[in-house]
Amino acid sequence: MPDSMTAAVSAPRGPESGAGGGLRRLARRRSTIAFLMTLPLICVIVGLVAYPAAYAVYLSTLNRRMDGFAGLLQFEILVDNETFWLVVWQSCLFAISAVLAKALIGFWLAHMLHHIPTKGQRKWRGMLLIPWVIPPALSTLGWWWMYDPTYSSLNWILAIFAVPAVPWLGEPWWARISVIMVNVWYGAPFFMIMYLAALKSVPEQLYEAAAIDGATSWQRLRHITLPMMQNIISITVLFSLIVTFANYDIVRVLTNGGPRDLTHVFATYAFQVGILSGNIPRGAAVSLFMLPALAVFAYFILRGVNRRNREMA
Amino acid sequence: MNLAANIHGSLRAERRWALIIAYVSLCAAVVIFLLPPVYMLITSLKTNAEMSNLQGNPWLVRSPTLEHYGTILGNPLFLTFFWNSIKVTVLTVIVTMVISVLAAFALARMRFWGSQALATGVFLTYLVPDTLLFIPLYQIVGGLGLLNSTWGLVLVYPTLTVPFCTWIMIGYFASIPKELDEAALIDGATWSQMLLKIFIPVALPGIIAATIFAFTVSWAAFVYPTAFITTPDQMPLTIGVVSTLVRGDTFAWGQIMAGALLAALPPVVVYAFLMDYYIAGLTAGATKG
Repeated sequence: MPDSMTAAVSAPRGPESGAGGGLRRLARRRSTIAFLMTLPLICVIVGLVAYPAAYAVYLSTLNRRMDGFAGLLQFEILVDNETFWLVVWQSCLFAISAVLAKALIGFWLAHMLHHIPTKGQRKWRGMLLIPWVIPPALSTLGWWWMYDPTYSSLNWILAIFAVPAVPWLGEPWWARISVIMVNVWYGAPFFMIMYLAALKSVPEQLYEAAAIDGATSWQRLRHITLPMMQNIISITVLFSLIVTFANYDIVRVLTNGGPRDLTHVFATYAFQVGILSGNIPRGAAVSLFMLPALAVFAYFILRGVNRRNREMA
Repeated sequence: MNLAANIHGSLRAERRWALIIAYVSLCAAVVIFLLPPVYMLITSLKTNAEMSNLQGNPWLVRSPTLEHYGTILGNPLFLTFFWNSIKVTVLTVIVTMVISVLAAFALARMRFWGSQALATGVFLTYLVPDTLLFIPLYQIVGGLGLLNSTWGLVLVYPTLTVPFCTWIMIGYFASIPKELDEAALIDGATWSQMLLKIFIPVALPGIIAATIFAFTVSWAAFVYPTAFITTPDQMPLTIGVVSTLVRGDTFAWGQIMAGALLAALPPVVVYAFLMDYYIAGLTAGATKG
């Protein structure tokens, strides 16, 4: 982050503008210009993020017909609702297992990519990032068709290995796993790219020193790679937890919450309650239930980023 | 001497094994990662008769045909989706880049009251997911009379793009050496000259990366159009393909897959040609700024 602009500006301008008065005027003009330049940004942040967030809180305190204050009624109704607890449980299961799988696969692939000669890396990296590039709503259509019960091409592959047909989207547990699989497929390349960038920033001398000391590859991983990547790993994991926790498209396209509302996550349930059934206050309450978890993740991300900035400064 | 040779030999063997494991893992990953798009392509090339025949290998095309692509490209609704996507995306990208380049320049180079807090605020807004905001935004956009209009999307899409683009642009601008602006100031350059003649040209890779990010995010946006748009003629591609092609009991899978692939083509093409910028933008958020 910048911090020495004042010195840079005042020194060269000093002789021309005489004494302190000119400098002060310059500084004042500068902050006016700066304010004008950031004004559109401030409008977006305040008008389209902060205000709607506060408005969501207000909406959630209204009654069903939105003509009167109902206090915490919507939250009380949700807490008593069995489907809602299924949504909470499914969202947590979805986010935690998917992020864990993405992080492990991404870490493994980043390592493998880092191992092969630099010449070939570009080609492999290019192919492996494809799932991340296709808009997820569209690639999920492809998955949906692969899961299709009458003509499942995945079951056809499994049949080669004499595995019985899997009811991908028909049975609750398989439906949950199917949704997680698509999310892992979509997100693992992102982790791979992030970890690969981090791996490349680890100084080679550290590994050379370790090799001279006779360190095994496990020791190198444990005592050099992981500590050096610690910050990136935690930032990526926390960031992905937010995005996965709040995911909408995959569940919407693949199961739309079914079978029997068992695969709904916060976002799809809020959509169903708030937009499709027209109960805006209840829908707002559902999505606000995400807030505590997101706030905790965001706090730790910010801490990680700040720490990283200090290290790099 | 002997010992050293031994160690050397075992090291080489170890390295060879590591290389074999690496290639095997990468091959497996490529096959799995490319399976869905390849299957979409295969499906889009099959005739309907072949698709309804449940015998045989679903991964092979016996009589390839382009009829589904012909049908979908001849469908005026699909072309409307495409046009809507282009319109919304181009406008969003322009708005985003103007807002974030101006703001990032001010935040990176002019210290002013609250600039640090604003930079943190930008990062925090980036972490607010769209699924938290779509219900209040639905009310707000509805209040402005912009539901079922592509203009409503142009209004709200910057929430998806501006925070991250500003954030990475701050990083790129901050990495430009301060000597450059000192030299410009000595020559009597104004702030606008400094931005246009020095910062934008020097940070061009960052600007390209941010533009690509804004483009792919607006093209792939799904939550907002699903919530705000219900009339087909205002739909962008994502929701258009998912909602109007998928209906009824008999799914026209060939057409759906052809439509989905065509809809996914622009970001994939951009990625294919500008991969390095794409990746730079992706990783910049964590390694810079």
